[in-house]
Amino acid sequence: MRRVPIPALIGLFITGLFILSAIAAPIIAPYGLSEIVGDVWEPASSEFWLGTDNIGRDLLSRLIWGGRTTILVAIAATAVSFVTGSVLGLFAAVVGGWVDQLLSRFVDLIMAIPTLIFALVVLSVMPVTIPVLILVMGLLDSTRVFRLSRAVASDIAVMDFVEAAQLRGEGRAWIIFREILPNALSPLVAEAGMRFIFMVLFVSTLSFLGLGVQPPNADWGGIVKENKDGIVYGIPAALLPAIAIAALSISVNLVADWVLDRTSSLKGGRNG
Amino acid sequence: MDKPLLQIDNLTIEATAYPPGEAPRRITIVDGVSLSLEKGKVLGLIGESGAGKSTIGLSAMAYGRGGIELSGGEIHLNGREIRKARGRVLRSLRGAEVTYVAQSAAAAFNPAKRLMEQVTEAAITHGRATKAEAEKRAVDLFRKLGLPEPETFGNRYPHQVSGGQLQRAMTAMALCPQPDLVIFDEPTTALDVTTQLGVLAAIKAAIRDQGVAALYITHDLAVVAQIADDIMVLRHGKTVEYGTAEQIITAPKEDYTQALVSVVAKDHEEKNTDLPPILEVKGLRANYRGMTRDVLSNINVAIQPGTTLAVVGESGSGKSTLARVITGLLPLSAGHMVFDGRRLTPDQKSRSRDDLRELQMIYQMADVAMNPRQTVGTIIGRPLQFYFGMKGKELRNRVVELLDEIELGEAFIDRYPAELSGGQKQRVCIARALAAKPKLIICDEVTSALDPLVAEGILKLLADLQEREQVSYMFITHDIATVRAIADTIAVMHLGKLVRYGKKSEVLAPPFDDYTDMLLKSVPELRMGWMEEVMGTAAE
Repeated sequence: MRRVPIPALIGLFITGLFILSAIAAPIIAPYGLSEIVGDVWEPASSEFWLGTDNIGRDLLSRLIWGGRTTILVAIAATAVSFVTGSVLGLFAAVVGGWVDQLLSRFVDLIMAIPTLIFALVVLSVMPVTIPVLILVMGLLDSTRVFRLSRAVASDIAVMDFVEAAQLRGEGRAWIIFREILPNALSPLVAEAGMRFIFMVLFVSTLSFLGLGVQPPNADWGGIVKENKDGIVYGIPAALLPAIAIAALSISVNLVADWVLDRTSSLKGGRNG
Repeated sequence: MDKPLLQIDNLTIEATAYPPGEAPRRITIVDGVSLSLEKGKVLGLIGESGAGKSTIGLSAMAYGRGGIELSGGEIHLNGREIRKARGRVLRSLRGAEVTYVAQSAAAAFNPAKRLMEQVTEAAITHGRATKAEAEKRAVDLFRKLGLPEPETFGNRYPHQVSGGQLQRAMTAMALCPQPDLVIFDEPTTALDVTTQLGVLAAIKAAIRDQGVAALYITHDLAVVAQIADDIMVLRHGKTVEYGTAEQIITAPKEDYTQALVSVVAKDHEEKNTDLPPILEVKGLRANYRGMTRDVLSNINVAIQPGTTLAVVGESGSGKSTLARVITGLLPLSAGHMVFDGRRLTPDQKSRSRDDLRELQMIYQMADVAMNPRQTVGTIIGRPLQFYFGMKGKELRNRVVELLDEIELGEAFIDRYPAELSGGQKQRVCIARALAAKPKLIICDEVTSALDPLVAEGILKLLADLQEREQVSYMFITHDIATVRAIADTIAVMHLGKLVRYGKKSEVLAPPFDDYTDMLLKSVPELRMGWMEEVMGTAAE
């Protein structure tokens, strides 16, 4: 086993901490999600470790519950985005011709519209529930994954070993999943880490604008929104979820970097 | 007596390797090599890939490619030690006293600048000539190197001249600063034989006229015999033999050198059969989409069972296109193909599984012809699984059998392609083709990327397999020596046409047509003075 580099260790540790606290939220959160337990914007004390929020709920508990929602939505949306994007992207690259043209131009069309505005429009006419949120975010984001996987796969699809498989008479599924996908995996895995971070930011933005996770449920973006007025009075409650978002983003990024490094230098990795 | 221009004593070059999953370790690339080179002489460095010949060549300008360290010994150039030289000293040295000609001129020129600017750049920046002088000198060199319209040649961009011309321009670039020493790193390896001859002659004449010394690096003994005064044979970073060109070629002392010298001459007994042909191609025409010019026109060839058809030609002759048409990757525009008595459909997608199975292909570049993420066992096993539905133990046993047949053995079954040498990779590709129990294998330049001794092994393996399995080959190559070693029938192609076709004994016997004559004459022969002979007859 090779040694894990220190940045990756830090990243793994912090990411692990966030995920653990998300899973164990019902056990470790001192108070309930929307339980009003104190005064408005109380400072940190032994009772409320991070103080209370704009209507007197415990901020630490809300951060832990909010993290659970944020991470869940981001992971699910990344999964949706990846499965749709990479399958369609690989398919377009292998089939080529008008199928590729049709898919690629459609994706260009979607990408021509700013993602946030598109999401706002869709969400304002749809009922804003968590599954809808995940689907909308995932599908909008899959355009990026589509482009990446199509570009990577078109490079691989012209290599001799793919031609050899075609000459053998192999079907499309074998060519996509056994010949091309294993070779496209390392850039895709690294991209998955990046996409996850964008999802965290995306859902936070939507919630901040009021079209994401709906109250009394909370995610980090929502908590920032609820407490933003406190900043004027020097109350740091809005900054804490922001710090959480930044910490999660950076630590996942560190891990993604390391994974990219490892998978591209695996034995049999493509040189260069 | 004068001190030699370049004197290398006991040079050791090391690098750090990072094998996956292991601790980094030091490896020795060049081990205690000594040589000396006098003004105006040419020293040939010869060896297989990985022998350290390029590394030694570059060390003459105290340069090591990424991660390489010139760790021991002494390099004296013009009487001063340069191994430990740094910064300013090196800058004044490189491009002035020592210059370099790379293998791939196409990759070494900046595509965005005119040739003249690049050819004269080193001479001007080193203050060895003013702009006007340098340009005059460049034009002189263009003329000496036999480039067309030497006065205006420099105004062209790299993409506007041919590969052979670009290689000459690069030689001009190296000679323009009037250096003392030029390092030629396989300057003709990437060229066709007929082009190679011209470039080689031009380089030799230019070296003689300018009176510079040269290190000439190549893997082709026949080439170096034409140009070098002394030859050093290298293997695994060590000197095998070092002597005058005459001695190395006519009386090699070491076993390895003898093997290198004898590899060149191999002949193969022509087989005759009266069986109906396994593949018959009639009146074949093909062109690429959107082009009106035929890439192939009116090709008629046939291959008898258990024999080998060699398709010979230079790059652009359409020989690989012929393979693509036969395999059904490129549609034909006229003519037809009969395979084992059945009419072959032009499109590969509509062929029956048996047609696909019985017609296999082996590629030039074995490392891109295998999926780097699959083990040797999967690569060879897949055709067995796919065509014969083999599974489990039966599959494994057959894969092991095939591995034995290609002389690799069971130990290789779990390896990845990256863990194989070039020759081993090509063997695995052969096993993959063989696994399908084909009747015809198309071999597209399968030995071109390999070192001569390894290539010889592959050819021998193919010949043995043919004897045992009665498989036919269509062997595409540009190398006449390979053709002599393997072919029963020969098709010579030029510009998409068949210029000569028949039994080997007929094709390689006079009277020749003009093109075949030129092709045969351009193949370097392993004796000194051969080039002068050929160029002499060509001038008449």
